[in-house]
Amino acid sequence: MSKVRKQTWRFDHPIFLAATGTVVGPLESKGPLSGNFDKEYQHLNCGEKSWTEAERALMRRAIAFCLAKAGKSEGDIDLFLAGDLMDQTVTSNFLARENRIPFLGMFGACSSSMETLAAGAQLVDSGFADNVLCAVSSHNATAERQFRYPTEYGGPSKLTQTFTVTGAGATIVTKEPGKVRVKEATIGRVIDWGIDDASNLGTAMAPAAADTIWTHFQDTGRKPEDYDMVVTGDLSSVGSPILNELLLEKGLDITNVHQDCGTMIYTPDQPVNAGGSGCACSAVVTYGYLYNRLAEGSLKRVLVVATGALLNSATPKEKDTIPCIAHAVVLESAKEGQR
Amino acid sequence: MLNDPKNYKENVTAYQPKIPYFMNCLNAFWVGGLISLIGQGIQTFYMYFFHFSKQAAGNPTVATLILISALMTGFGVYDKVAKFAGAGTIVPVTGFANSITSSALEHKSEGIVLGIATNLFQLAGEVIVFGVVSAAVLGILRLFIEQIF
Repeated sequence: MSKVRKQTWRFDHPIFLAATGTVVGPLESKGPLSGNFDKEYQHLNCGEKSWTEAERALMRRAIAFCLAKAGKSEGDIDLFLAGDLMDQTVTSNFLARENRIPFLGMFGACSSSMETLAAGAQLVDSGFADNVLCAVSSHNATAERQFRYPTEYGGPSKLTQTFTVTGAGATIVTKEPGKVRVKEATIGRVIDWGIDDASNLGTAMAPAAADTIWTHFQDTGRKPEDYDMVVTGDLSSVGSPILNELLLEKGLDITNVHQDCGTMIYTPDQPVNAGGSGCACSAVVTYGYLYNRLAEGSLKRVLVVATGALLNSATPKEKDTIPCIAHAVVLESAKEGQR
Repeated sequence: MLNDPKNYKENVTAYQPKIPYFMNCLNAFWVGGLISLIGQGIQTFYMYFFHFSKQAAGNPTVATLILISALMTGFGVYDKVAKFAGAGTIVPVTGFANSITSSALEHKSEGIVLGIATNLFQLAGEVIVFGVVSAAVLGILRLFIEQIF
């Protein structure tokens, strides 16, 4: 286990993703990445009685797919790291009640996807666990209910607003050779540049993403050309140009390799305003689309930067500004001809 | 210069999407107008077929609009229309009905008493509070003005 400068971890052992599991909701299944997910629900309730149970079903299914594809059972897993957006991360807690795997709940808002993956890889690398299950979920209706309005409430939405992705992503981190390797992770700092509008999280999170990406390139000494893609979690169509400009000003040009999961998962004509957001946004794009492309070798090295806004529904009303964070993980194809 | 934490909020405005105020107003105007036209149709219907006076026809008209709006909310249509029409669907009584019905639906899973009853006026509460308060204030003002003149 070695620390590179202050914020980056470079794993000593080869760490792999044994398999991934992804499930999405109806709108995501009509998006451009459809076909990359294991299960695409055609109704937001996922066959359950309440939104809360629907979100739980998403994570349950994602984990089941992941375990089945890795050929492992719950008993093979040493540690379960999970996070979601609901109060007290109940989706994760209740799933841990079912699977009985030793559990560490994690919360980094929408950055939880890479937070759990980075921590999981580190625990496997250091030898404290052999197989770590990392999972996150988000559901449009549970997030709307908690942070905005009831699902069926009719009101105009701002163009800067994002649409919470319904879905869940899970992966198993292990030392057993797999198709995709976890190489490094850069842990972000909390950045707050004074944005207080909860319907404009792309703008609020862009400086946090810029800080983590800048630090990552400083720590590793790499250049943007060394990556096939630098993917941010949910900066949306509003935050992405801001991120590129923030880094251009510092002399780092990622415009050719940068993409955002929030704009990848939907087409521009879908009713999602600025794009997708939520824990599942970066998780399903990474564990679905990016994992598939890394596994087949058409992508060699990807930097996934999951962004999170660390607010609750009351803090913006109390006129507090929004603290934001971004965690980055380097994923590499294990196929021959690595970069 | 965006890399300036102190002035980020001001400097970033150039990167924000332009709000289409004119189209928003236009859509709110015609959809809101259409709802009012439907309301007028219903009122005329009650006056013509059930021989209500113009004043007495008001109550069943509002009740009918509320019923339609609540049904549209339940079928998941109202929010889609409202996203397009904005204030055009919020200002009429249909918007009030939608706020109550959607809250009831949302909190159904928490039970009838603590879920539905507690949260029913979650969104409509502000309308009721400011409606009652402003009516009281204006009533008192009117009383004073009448006393003076």
